[in-house]
Amino acid sequence: MTSAVASAAASPATTAGRGPGLAASRLLLALHAEWTKLRTLPGTFWLLAATAVLTCALGVAVSAAYHCTAGYCSPADTGADPAKLALSGLYLGQVLAACVGVLVVGGEYGTGMIRVTLAAVPRRLHVLAAKAVVVAGVTLAASVVAVGGSLLAGRLLLPGKGLSAANGYVVLSLANGTDLRACCCAVLYLVTIALLAAGIAAAVKNSGAAIGIVLGLLFLFPIVTAVIPDHTLARHLNQISPLQAGSDAQTTVGLHALPLTPWQGMGVVALWAVGALILGGLVLRFRDA
Amino acid sequence: MTVLAPYRSSVAPTRPPGFLSLLLAEWTKLRTVRGFLIALLLVVLLPLGATLLSRSSCSVMTVGGSSQSVACPAAPVGPDGEAVEDSLYFVHQALPANGSITAQVTGVTGEYAYSASKPHPPGGSVGGTRVNAAGPLSLASGTQPWSKVGIMIKASTSQGSAYAAMLVTGSNGTRMQWDYTGDTAGLSGAVSASSPRWLRLVRSGSVVTGYDSLNGTTWTEVGSYQVHGLPASGTVQVGLFAASPTHQPFIGGLEAGPQGPSLATGTFDGVAVSGTSGSGSWKGTAIGSGDGPPIPGGRTAGSPRSVLSSSYHQTGPGAFTVSGTGEIAPDVPSSPDSIGASVQVALSGMFFALVVVIILGALFAAAEYRRGMIRVTFAAAPSRWQVLAAKSAVLFAATFVVGLIAVGITLPVGLHMLRAGGNPIDPIPALTEARMIVGTALLLAFAAVLALAIGTMARRSMLAIVTVIVVIFIPYILANATNLLPLSAQEWLLRALPVAAFSIQQPYPPYHQVLAQYTPSSGYYPLSPWTGVGVLVLWAAVALAAAGWLLRRRDV
Repeated sequence: MTSAVASAAASPATTAGRGPGLAASRLLLALHAEWTKLRTLPGTFWLLAATAVLTCALGVAVSAAYHCTAGYCSPADTGADPAKLALSGLYLGQVLAACVGVLVVGGEYGTGMIRVTLAAVPRRLHVLAAKAVVVAGVTLAASVVAVGGSLLAGRLLLPGKGLSAANGYVVLSLANGTDLRACCCAVLYLVTIALLAAGIAAAVKNSGAAIGIVLGLLFLFPIVTAVIPDHTLARHLNQISPLQAGSDAQTTVGLHALPLTPWQGMGVVALWAVGALILGGLVLRFRDA
Repeated sequence: MTVLAPYRSSVAPTRPPGFLSLLLAEWTKLRTVRGFLIALLLVVLLPLGATLLSRSSCSVMTVGGSSQSVACPAAPVGPDGEAVEDSLYFVHQALPANGSITAQVTGVTGEYAYSASKPHPPGGSVGGTRVNAAGPLSLASGTQPWSKVGIMIKASTSQGSAYAAMLVTGSNGTRMQWDYTGDTAGLSGAVSASSPRWLRLVRSGSVVTGYDSLNGTTWTEVGSYQVHGLPASGTVQVGLFAASPTHQPFIGGLEAGPQGPSLATGTFDGVAVSGTSGSGSWKGTAIGSGDGPPIPGGRTAGSPRSVLSSSYHQTGPGAFTVSGTGEIAPDVPSSPDSIGASVQVALSGMFFALVVVIILGALFAAAEYRRGMIRVTFAAAPSRWQVLAAKSAVLFAATFVVGLIAVGITLPVGLHMLRAGGNPIDPIPALTEARMIVGTALLLAFAAVLALAIGTMARRSMLAIVTVIVVIFIPYILANATNLLPLSAQEWLLRALPVAAFSIQQPYPPYHQVLAQYTPSSGYYPLSPWTGVGVLVLWAAVALAAAGWLLRRRDV
């Protein structure tokens, strides 16, 4: 860690000129420093491994718990969405992805490391950009494993639970356009939630508060919309809720009943992440660390 | 050479502080941190905001198929103050004093309409989107399980008035029912012309006794009940009735398949009334308008009887056929006949408060580790168990009191505002409301203690917050707000995990005589209210014990 910081700190002195190439190399150095910090923390690997394993585990549990009453297993009777069932582990996976995002930013505020980081890389937006890229990279890797594993588990388990080709279901496969879209959106969703968490952590500068806000943002919307009797309000809340917009993006069945199309849903999640990163960037740029 | 006396402190040696001083110390730590105070304030303020926005309207299909929004009518209120369904066809005459009615039911038949084009997904009301299929309807014949045909003594023909009835159902045998919630089984088996049932009701003041018989000579008393709201002296209505609730198949406790209005027709013979003033003054009244989707022919909703037509015919002396649609039973918000909404809506804002108390509990423990404060704490009070107990007691008391204020304001005010916004919320008894307020405050307080225990074990606020939120919110969402898990798995989550405590918020009891989705997402829990809170208390206690054990075993 020290050597990376030292090289990042040394860079402005050794290359004192100005120019577009220099900005890019500064960004690369910041990126390298962030990658070193993340890779050398003992918890990072385990957190990413937990993201993949627990996502698959919850997906397996929900797929294994699924059953349909004999004689009522046709798609019209169950309304079941095999892709969404297989991907239900994302309820847990997004929490861990959010932890990755929060830790990369908020962890430095907990230890005071942020002052060293900003001394070494004084351009604060470079720091945030580098952190965002690193967070997106590692979450992407973990999400591909998580979503791939969940899909495989669903493909193996769900036909035995009545969602078989004989009953009129399409068996889960990346060769289906809708399943491929659901899986891509699931991977993107985890990455986007990690970026959202990183932005919030930069804005509130405290890991505990940041994770509380992110999880509240994710989980309160579906709980409130499930009970309010006002359908119009519930539909609007569903449209702006990051969790439910993301869930719309992973849907393959009954798309006409959704408040958003899948890609609109993905867009809503992305807007939340962009908003959080802008907010985090503003706080980082204009307030004391 | 001077000899220096060894140093002796002039402060007299003191015993370690008592438990009261520890409580005071922990209270001081809680009240002097600005963030903790803000959190306690948020617990009061956040829940209220969530109920401000809900506005409801009901759509009514007009001629031509376009829909029009109207204010949702609130359900009528029964004699005991509960919301009821009261729509039926009643063929009646006045009964000025005591008297009785006897009739033989020789047949029950039925018809129903359903939308063939648009199947209803199971768990159709999950996510707050109950959709009544509005496609063209088909007609089929058959009774509903709780189609009702029989004799009735009713205080008046207005909706919600007291009654007692002996009746034959579609597939639940002969029953005596009174005042909407009461239900006692009589003879079982199906009714036909070859196997008829004789029914008798006897009024004595406000006490009504019901009898049934297979042959009209050997009578069995089904029950004798004080009917609340039936005048002890004075005129009531006596006669024959028919009602049939909305057709809705259920698979595994969930709505599945199309729904539509239904009609039941009863064939009566040997109808005899004693105690009435005159004879032959029968009058048919359709009580309540009946709710339902549009029916073939482009008529309006609310009058399914234009095809499934309520009526009566006198076919001979003492012989009648009576056809009726509607439901006479307690209102269950998740039943297909109900347009009512559950009181639980007003408590939805409590989840904001729950997030805040979890963060508060975790930080109250973990913040001591962050700044090394824990070493000062243990230097001052060496008994680690006592410190943990004092911390829990202070946190519990603070969150309980603040939670009590928050829910005590939110529930009544929220209900008032929701009703003012046109949401047809079914009323609850005052005792149930008190139980929901105190219970929800206990839920918040024990959740905070659970977070404190996990925060003590984890020594890091973020880990503790993530753990507690995951343990509480993910099972709650899987059980209450999605239909990813089957009903049995949802109910196991709500028995075994801390979320079991949400059963304290169940506002209405389930009724076996009303077919409905009695699911967690509709506000029906597998455990009784206080047992559910007990499960959370058990989790908090186990976590506290583990935290205490770790605290003694570990260095700080």
